[in-house]
Amino acid sequence: MSFLQTLKIALRAIIDNKLRSFLTMLGIIIGVASVIVMVSLGQGATVGVTERIQSLGSNLLTINITGRGAHTALSYDQAMEFAESPHVSAVAPVISATAMAKYGNKNSADIQVIGTNSYFSTVRNFEVSRGRFLLAGDIERRRKVAILGAQVVEDLFGFINPLGQDIKINGQIFTVIGVLQAEGNTMMGSKDNQILIPITVAERLMRFRGVRTIYVQAAGPNEVSLALSEISAKLSKIFREDEEDEESFRVFDQTQVLEAIQETTRILTVMLGGIAGISLLVGGIGIMNIMLVSVTERTREIGIRKALGAKRKDILFQFLIESLVISGIGGIIGIFLGLLSSLGLANFMNMPLKTTLTVIWIAFTFSLLVGVSFGLYLANKASRLSPVEALRYE
Amino acid sequence: MLIELKDVSKIYRMGKIEVRALDNVSLAIEEGEFVAIIGPSGSGKSTMLNILGCLDAPSQGDYIFNGKNISKLHDNEMAEIRNKNIGFVFQNFNLLPKLTALENVELPLIYGGEKPSTYRRKAIELLKAVGLSDRIHHKPTELSSGQQQRVTIARALATDPSVILADEPTGNLDTKSGIEIMKIFQKLNEEGKTIVIITHDLSIARSTKRMVHIKDGKIVRNEKVEG
Repeated sequence: MSFLQTLKIALRAIIDNKLRSFLTMLGIIIGVASVIVMVSLGQGATVGVTERIQSLGSNLLTINITGRGAHTALSYDQAMEFAESPHVSAVAPVISATAMAKYGNKNSADIQVIGTNSYFSTVRNFEVSRGRFLLAGDIERRRKVAILGAQVVEDLFGFINPLGQDIKINGQIFTVIGVLQAEGNTMMGSKDNQILIPITVAERLMRFRGVRTIYVQAAGPNEVSLALSEISAKLSKIFREDEEDEESFRVFDQTQVLEAIQETTRILTVMLGGIAGISLLVGGIGIMNIMLVSVTERTREIGIRKALGAKRKDILFQFLIESLVISGIGGIIGIFLGLLSSLGLANFMNMPLKTTLTVIWIAFTFSLLVGVSFGLYLANKASRLSPVEALRYE
Repeated sequence: MLIELKDVSKIYRMGKIEVRALDNVSLAIEEGEFVAIIGPSGSGKSTMLNILGCLDAPSQGDYIFNGKNISKLHDNEMAEIRNKNIGFVFQNFNLLPKLTALENVELPLIYGGEKPSTYRRKAIELLKAVGLSDRIHHKPTELSSGQQQRVTIARALATDPSVILADEPTGNLDTKSGIEIMKIFQKLNEEGKTIVIITHDLSIARSTKRMVHIKDGKIVRNEKVEG
């Protein structure tokens, strides 16, 4: 008998038992769909976190100075000396404090005012959507200019164009020269609710000389650790740090944080995938269960077919193709359901999801594998039935 | 000689007890014969049918079918002989309930490797020959038992086998349909088909040409029916 005929017979059996076939498929459908959604969720989280962290600035080192004794901060010029290293491409020292801003009779809520220099834009990946960023001249000439976060603009100005307007920060007048690109909330606090001013002006405004936070951008991904050790060495010299003492400064490497978080989300993905994999396995057992019933129920049919001349392989392939088609179609429906739910979650629940082709393949292959292995077991069982006993079966 | 059983025994083991369903049976059936194997239930006639029909192999002895020793054949070769050389007519019809009459008749042709264009045409002709040309797309449940048995006969004839084996073919039929079915068998035999009917019903056996009485796994009498 030709393969095409066996296929026809198997398909016919599936169609003749629509409800049973569908119920069998259901396990696989749910299994495949949940694997796809779960893994997409995990991968989406990984990508989301990675993007957020990278948006803080690439190759970023953050220096925090706690200082010791009377020596609790670096001067702006000392901080800028880090830029002389060949491993460092830019340095942006920062002074920050909370303050109130006022435009006309409108007051803002508490806002973080950050004093920095022109390099801050590249180091921290801040861009202006309107106007311009701080320039070297603003720092040198201590111009009272300010760049506002998107939220600040909305609070103070509404629909009025803020560029060129004067605002008051802690009573001092600043001219708005730029607006930062809106970003939304991030896990590291929103940049929409900040005001950037020249660091030299900030020192006076906040009545504090020297910087305690410095952002340093390394020259490249491979220079990050070099820059880190060089800066640490310099700082040790400045603060005359010896090992027994409490540390007076800290240098963070952004990539370390990134790697730690990526590792966490990777574990999350594997875990979610594993849980979903179990449901796929349960789906497979469902196939086996129903096929088992179907083989028993159809013992007589097998006997009749054998009496009419069906060979072992004819029966074997009939049942094998049946379970293959059921798990295959179930797998395909599962893929569509999984993609659809992923899209739904991403769009309506605003969750970051990333579905890769690999996941789809793995889920589908696994469902087929489950179908084949369980199907093969039962098909073999069916094909071995003796025709005499099968015909006698009621 | 078409069918030849030489000292055939069939032994079943039920726990420690050995049951000889067939005990040293020898039987020869020539081509074109119309034979009834008759015996009470438990006499071994079903075992006889299973062995004659190549559904089961004898425990001892040889079964020569058409010059071939069946006792030594592999499963697949037995399946091929069932397909090409033996047509079964069962008491309870054994039609596949989800398939139409036409599809049921097509089955042996499909397993015999015929092309769709050929088996469809042949199956339609066969159903026509048993007078069911207007019922070919009906499922078994939509047919009377007499009609179902005619579908079974059409299916048995599909591959033009050397012998038709009928197991109590009239057992589930009313008298009228039973007579009709026996008429079909007689007509087929007149056309040269070898037919073996297994029955416990003497009146059925009498409408054949030879009766083989079987009891306790042994052939006790072998007589020609006086026409």
